[in-house]
Amino acid sequence: MFDPGFILAGVLNGLLAGGIYVLVAVGLTLIYGVLHIINFAHGSLLMLAMYAVFFLWKLAGLDPYMSLPIVIVGAFVVGFLLYRGLIGRFSHGRDENILLITLGVSIVADNGALLFFGGNTETVDVPYAGQIIELGVAFLPLAKVISFVASLVICLALGLFMAKTDTGKAIRAVAKERQGARLVGIDVEKIFAISYGIGIACLGAAACLLMPTFYVTPQSGYAFVLVAFTTVVLGGMGSFVGAAVGGFLIGVTESLGGLFLGEQLGQIGISLIFILILLFRPTGLFGAKA
Amino acid sequence: MAPPRCCVLEITGLRAGYGAIEILRGVDLAVGAGEIVALLGSNGAGKSTLNNNVCGLFKPFGGTVRFDGKDIAGAASTRIVEEGLIQVPEGRRVFPNLSVRDNLELGSYRRGRKDRARNLDRVVDIFPRLKERWAQSAGTLSGGEQQMLAIGRGLMGEPRLLILDEPSLGLSPLLVEEMFALIGRLNTDGLALLLVEQNVVQSLAIAHRAYVLENGRIALSGKASELAENPELRKSYLGH
Ligand SMILES: Nc1ncnc2c1ncn2[C@@H]1O[C@H](COP(=O)(O)OP(=O)(O)OP(=O)(O)O)[C@@H](O)[C@H]1O
Ligand SMILES: [Mg+2]
Repeated sequence: MFDPGFILAGVLNGLLAGGIYVLVAVGLTLIYGVLHIINFAHGSLLMLAMYAVFFLWKLAGLDPYMSLPIVIVGAFVVGFLLYRGLIGRFSHGRDENILLITLGVSIVADNGALLFFGGNTETVDVPYAGQIIELGVAFLPLAKVISFVASLVICLALGLFMAKTDTGKAIRAVAKERQGARLVGIDVEKIFAISYGIGIACLGAAACLLMPTFYVTPQSGYAFVLVAFTTVVLGGMGSFVGAAVGGFLIGVTESLGGLFLGEQLGQIGISLIFILILLFRPTGLFGAKA
Repeated sequence: MAPPRCCVLEITGLRAGYGAIEILRGVDLAVGAGEIVALLGSNGAGKSTLNNNVCGLFKPFGGTVRFDGKDIAGAASTRIVEEGLIQVPEGRRVFPNLSVRDNLELGSYRRGRKDRARNLDRVVDIFPRLKERWAQSAGTLSGGEQQMLAIGRGLMGEPRLLILDEPSLGLSPLLVEEMFALIGRLNTDGLALLLVEQNVVQSLAIAHRAYVLENGRIALSGKASELAENPELRKSYLGH
């Protein structure tokens, strides 16, 4: 059981799973960094995006990977409009109102999903679902390798966008210095909406990459959001790099925990990390000192 | 002395404050084309309040603000910047997490984007120090360097009127001299400036006209050279 090849395989599998966590966490950390709130609707919006992928496949015959561009753009638009029409309009600039509204969105989304989609477990059948590729000692599911690579590419693209474009720089500027941003003519409210939209677009991407190997129910979002929240705390609230490193660390922890403690107990490692971080390094690995 | 006829900025009866508290209670002030106008007043008189209401960070309670003849009272800051009214605020407000270069580039986010490269060169000419710190994040700059960056960022937006709120705050005497020399040079190039300063003597020396804000109203105004000789003003600001 402690054979190094076995452990290596566990690490690889954890890294592959981590890619999705990174995407979900990057969205959460981006919204936190700019709006300074935890987006309570994160899990529910992920679940809705997963249903969108499911229905695109079921009704239009679209492969989840093919629906990536549609779902990413659609999720961005939903996030942008959600902020513009609801969160920004009714929060009156108060953080606790934003929290409550996102919580309300999540309650409506969860119950709406239950009402309209039912409580059944829905899956997407893709021909490549069972395909395995052999990498030295490890046998890795093809779909997971694809989702890992795609997550990395999407995160890199987002990082480039944030570093190189005027809009990306404006988002970073608004995160730290709103008044300064207004003084150079940045439309701060619009940047809030764009940031929220990008955060939700990350969920759209995660949903497409998840569905070939996962299922969706109205509760599907929760597991991921718990993990994403741990990731964001681990990496440092609002830190982009932290979310990326944290996501992979969590993936590996879960995978190794599953190997040694059994599938059901794999997540204990995550809770353990969460508690240890809060005890010994509350600012996270890459977080700024408060 | 009456303000010049062709005003870049013309404020009449401006009332503004915070919540129920009225800080400005009917302020009249104008800046003519190519003028340096100094705005004086004790701490808490409402100078920054005036700047921030003119720039759209707050909505005035009443009164008119005209910029190039267009009414901008209560307009969004995005539009005001677009028109070319740019403020370098008290406390600099640079983006601490962005590099010097990115800070400057964002100065032309709304206005002056077309000539960004040329304006970057110009700002670097004015502040060679910024070029040495090009990739450093603004939060780690010294106070003086941050002030240069804030002014440079303001210039990137090709201002038609530049409001400087305490640009020499926290600068060493030598840098204060340089700052005033720079203000003079910018003005020689045709830029209109509204200058809020604690260095009363120096700002009156460089300004064409000046206003003194007291109890929410303009208590004194006139030619800077005449105000510099005004006994009341000398008593309240210079102690003799
Ligand atoms: N955001 C705010 N909320 C409430 N009151 C404020 C706010 N900003 C300023 N004030 C109050 O308004 C008054 C005028 O402040 P302001 O900053 O305009 O003064 P100032 O003339 O710029 O002073 P200084 O020379 O010290 O910069 C002060 O009494 C201040 O306490
Ligand atoms: Mg002030």
